This record gives sequence, C-alpha cells and structure tokens, in this order.
Amino acid sequence: MLAYIIRRIFILIPTLLGVSILVFVMLHLTPGDPAVLLLGERATEETLVELREHLGLNEPLYVQYGMFMKRLMKGDLGETIWTRQKVWTEVKQRFPATIELTVVALCIACFFGIIFGIISATKQYSIFDYVSMVGALAGVSMPIFWLGLIFMLIFSLNLGWLPISGRLSVGIDLEIITNFYILDAVLTRNWAALKDAVWHIIMPAVTLSTIPMAIVARMTRSAMLDVLRQDYIKTAKAKGLSNFTVTFKHALRNALIPVVTTVGLQFGVALGGAILTETIFAWPGVGKWMYDAVMQRDYMVIQGGTLFIAAVFVVINLCVDVLYAIINPRISVQ
Amino acid sequence: MTKEKAQKNPFDRHPMLEQLSQLWRNKTAVVGLVIITVFMLTAIFAPLLSPHDPLEVSLYDQIKPPVWHEKGTWKNILGTDDLGRDTLSRIIFGARVSLAVAVISVGIAFVFGVLLGSISGYYKGGIDSIIMRIMDIILAFPYLLLAIVVVAYLGPSLENAMMAIGITYIPRFARIVRGSVLEECEKDYVMAARSIGAKNWRIIFLAILPNCMGPLIVQTTLSMASAILDAAALSFLGLGAQPPTPEWGGMIAMSRGLILRASWVMTFPGIAILLAVLGFNLLGDGLRDALDPRLRD
Repeated sequence: MLAYIIRRIFILIPTLLGVSILVFVMLHLTPGDPAVLLLGERATEETLVELREHLGLNEPLYVQYGMFMKRLMKGDLGETIWTRQKVWTEVKQRFPATIELTVVALCIACFFGIIFGIISATKQYSIFDYVSMVGALAGVSMPIFWLGLIFMLIFSLNLGWLPISGRLSVGIDLEIITNFYILDAVLTRNWAALKDAVWHIIMPAVTLSTIPMAIVARMTRSAMLDVLRQDYIKTAKAKGLSNFTVTFKHALRNALIPVVTTVGLQFGVALGGAILTETIFAWPGVGKWMYDAVMQRDYMVIQGGTLFIAAVFVVINLCVDVLYAIINPRISVQ
Repeated sequence: MTKEKAQKNPFDRHPMLEQLSQLWRNKTAVVGLVIITVFMLTAIFAPLLSPHDPLEVSLYDQIKPPVWHEKGTWKNILGTDDLGRDTLSRIIFGARVSLAVAVISVGIAFVFGVLLGSISGYYKGGIDSIIMRIMDIILAFPYLLLAIVVVAYLGPSLENAMMAIGITYIPRFARIVRGSVLEECEKDYVMAARSIGAKNWRIIFLAILPNCMGPLIVQTTLSMASAILDAAALSFLGLGAQPPTPEWGGMIAMSRGLILRASWVMTFPGIAILLAVLGFNLLGDGLRDALDPRLRD
C-alpha cells in the first residue's frame, strides 16, 4: 500500500519537472524577444536591459532554466508586468475564490448526480430513466459558457432573481478571514453577507456543475446497474429486507467506489472549466485571472499561474488515485 | 473446371460488420448518425444552403429579430447581429469551421497518438517510459489550460487552436493503442511473425492495430464531440477563430453585449453547438456499446 503511494509520488516529480520545462520553454518558443514580450513594445531600453539582467536572458538556456528553478524553490513565481505584484501573492488571494466555486459546484453535482443515477438505475427503462439519461447526454454536450449566459439572461436580466456577477454586492461588509466568503460569513455570524454570498454563488456553481453532474449521474447509474445484478443483492431481497435498505445500505456502498474516482477526476475538470465560468460571471478567481493575463499577454502570470494550476491538478489526481486504492484494495496490487 | 461462386454465408462476415449491424438497432446511435450527417452536409454545401453571405455587413439591417417576432422578416429568418450579418448564414458557415476543427485536431491526435502508442507498446523499455512521461505531462494540464497556454504563446488563430487541441487529445489515443499493443505482443502470432523475419512496422500496422480499431473508432467519435466544444470555448475566449470568421463560440462571445436587446444572436449558435456535439456523443455512445463493452463507463 505504502509502496504504491511512494511509487506514485515518484512519478509525480518528473511530471512536474516536465511541466516546468514546458512552461519555461514556451516563452522562448514565442516569436519575438522575450524581454520585449514581457515588458511590452513601449518599454524603455533601460528597463529591457534590467529585465535581461534579472532573468538572465542573455545566458544560455540551461543556465536560465537553472535560475528559474532556483527562484521557484524559493517560492518566487515571478511578478506581474502590470502591477509588479508577486504572482504568488495574487494566486494566494484568488485561489480560495476558485476553490469555493469548484467545491460548491461539485457538491451540487454529486448530490443531484448520485440521486438521479440511483433513481435511474432502480427504475431502469422508465420515463424517468430515459429523460434523465438524455438530459445527462445533453448536459455533457452543452457549452457551459453558453449555458451560463442563458442562466444569466433568464435569472438575472429577465426575472431579476439572482445577481449578475461577482462574489458579493457592493455595500455588504464582510470581514475576510479565510477568503472563503461563505465560511467567513458563517464564522463572523454575518447573516446578511451569508445570504448575499450564497445568492452570488448559485448561478456560477450550477453552471459549472452541469457537466460533472451529468457524468456522475451516468456513472452512478451504470455502477448501480452492475451492482444490482449481483447475487448478494438477490440474497438481501430474499431475506426480506426493504428495497430502501437494499438500495442504500448494500448496493450503494459498492456502487459508489467508481463514482468516487469519477468525482475526484471531475474536480480537475471543474478547475479547468472554472476559467470559462469565472470569465462570464466575473468571479475573481484564478481562472479569470489567467484569462485576463492571456488577454494582456502578461507572460509572467501565464507562466506562474499555469505552473501553479498544473501542480494542484497533478496533486489532486494523485490523492484521488490513492483514495481509490485505499477503497478498492485490488488496485494497489498491480 | 468452373469456379462456383461461394455461397454467401452470414457467418463469414467480418466480425466488425456484425457488430456494426447491431448498431442499427440502437436508436439513439442512429439519431446521432442522422444529426452528424446533417451537420456534415450543411458544412460541405454551405455556400448553396446559406441565404446570405456570412461576412456581408449591412448597416441598414442591424439587430433584426427572427422571423417569428413582429418585426422579423423572412429575409433574415434567424435575425441579424449588430453588424447586420445574417445569423442563419453565419451558423451554416460556422458548421464548416467546426467540422474543420473537429477533423483536423482529432486527425492530429489520432496520427500522433497511434504512432506514439505503438512505438511505446511495441519497443517497451526506455522509450516507453519517455513517451508515457510526455503523455503524463500533457495530462497534467486540466481541461483547456494547455490549449489556452499554447495559443497564448503562439498567437490566437484557428490553426493554432486546432494544433493545441490536437496535442491535448494525443494521450487518449496513445493509451488505447499502447494497451492493445502490449496485450497483443504476448500472443503467439506476433512471435511467429517476428520469427519469419517480418519487419516491425508491418507487424504493428497489419497485425496488431486492427485489434484496437473498435476503441479507436469510439474514441475518435467522442473526441470530435469534445473538439467542437473546446474549439468553441477557445473562440469564445478570443483565442481561436478570429472575427470576422463565423465560428459558433466566437458568435456567442460577440453577442454578450447584445444579451438584453437581441438574445437570439446568442441563443442560436449555442443550440447549433449543442446539436452538433450531441450528435457525435450519441453516435459515440452507440458505437461504444456495439464495439467495445470494455470502454463502458
């Protein structure tokens, strides 16, 4: 078991190294002088020279990469060109927003996905089954940026029920402790802010949850169908246990094993999909920040942000794999 | 002596044809096939089907509603955008762009994926590790991030977007082929072929690859669905097709400012994306059930 985990961590290191090389090399593959790319066309000659000194752009590539890695070890992801703020500071500030959105979206996705999956499986071939599976397929086929805009059109602009964008309305005072607004509101017992924060997160979270929900529903249905065919289910029913007990206590526990992996993988997908959702709803997270950086050609941010997101993603996948190995001991033997 | 024509024996049919004929019974897959055919025909015959020139700006006809509104006319069935361009024409030509992206990016991924996967599985050892690490690096980027980064560095254009998406899909194909090659290499016929002195590439392409055709076809279909979605997402972010090229995602992006006044400019391209992707997903699901039960969720 432990050997499996250590082996997986060992594979992690060259992967992350590879990612860093890729990200580093991209800057030099871009046509144009890297210093000019980083500072813009109108930078003065002095600032260009200063940057070249600082980043060692005149040195051979492997020396530059060494300097890059050394800075990375110290936690220096670079500075944004526009505000000269440290990339790491901005990441720390924005990451909680993305996590909050992703976690809420995944909770919604799991809750409804698993329920729909269970009902579809227990009532296979019924109208509910058919409708929910077609719905799931449609959910997976829908562009989420479009879905978000449609929600915005219906619920914000036409019906006025939900706020259009942002995390909190102007005028609401909230003491920031963890930068997770919902958590902070609960911790400071600021109920007005809690309602406001929840109201703001509903649309982006539901939009982001669409694809994971569809995938979880299909996965749950197929896993439940597999389990319900097993002999021990027939035994349980023959013993006289109620349908409820059979479904939830016996079948679900085994069916949930592959579902857990799927949910874990969806975390990564949701993290990537957050770029689109955050851009539409002006959610101040890492996704929107990366998008702005790409628009402004802020290559330092693109570099640092990409490294950070990729690292988080790889670590999450590792945790999911380890979790799956713990739940399903047959895997770790391989 | 006359040669008698061999009796048509149904048991002599190629097993894949047998499986594919079962596909016909899967109604959702057939629906998917129909949708895809409509999509492809629309893309191919776009100039004939489109009522107007998609790039033609007409400042007298700005933001006209679809024909079922009181102010709509039959001249612009689905209305016009803020530059007076006909929405229906742009959607029809947008099908061309989407089809091109799907075919080219999945084509890139297929060719490189199959190549890398076969080399990796057949020669094993060091080269296998290297190739698998490269795949891991590509997979280390969530969803769109790699494509966004590649396009950000190389410049926003449809070609770069196609290449970036193609690169992102390579691991999917490589893994399928590698697994299949590893499995087949253990079998006797491969050893027999080697002992005769058959060249390696011959063994790979003629003997081993046909065995993983099923999963490859399924993956191709499903990847085309994702490619259309990803290309639309990139264009929405301004990183794919550049204006004035009509691309469904780009059309949605441009319509954000009109969301209240002219919601139809935003709605119809989205429906087009939904239908096209749904078609490929339906067919892909059906193919998966027919050709490769192992790949089921």
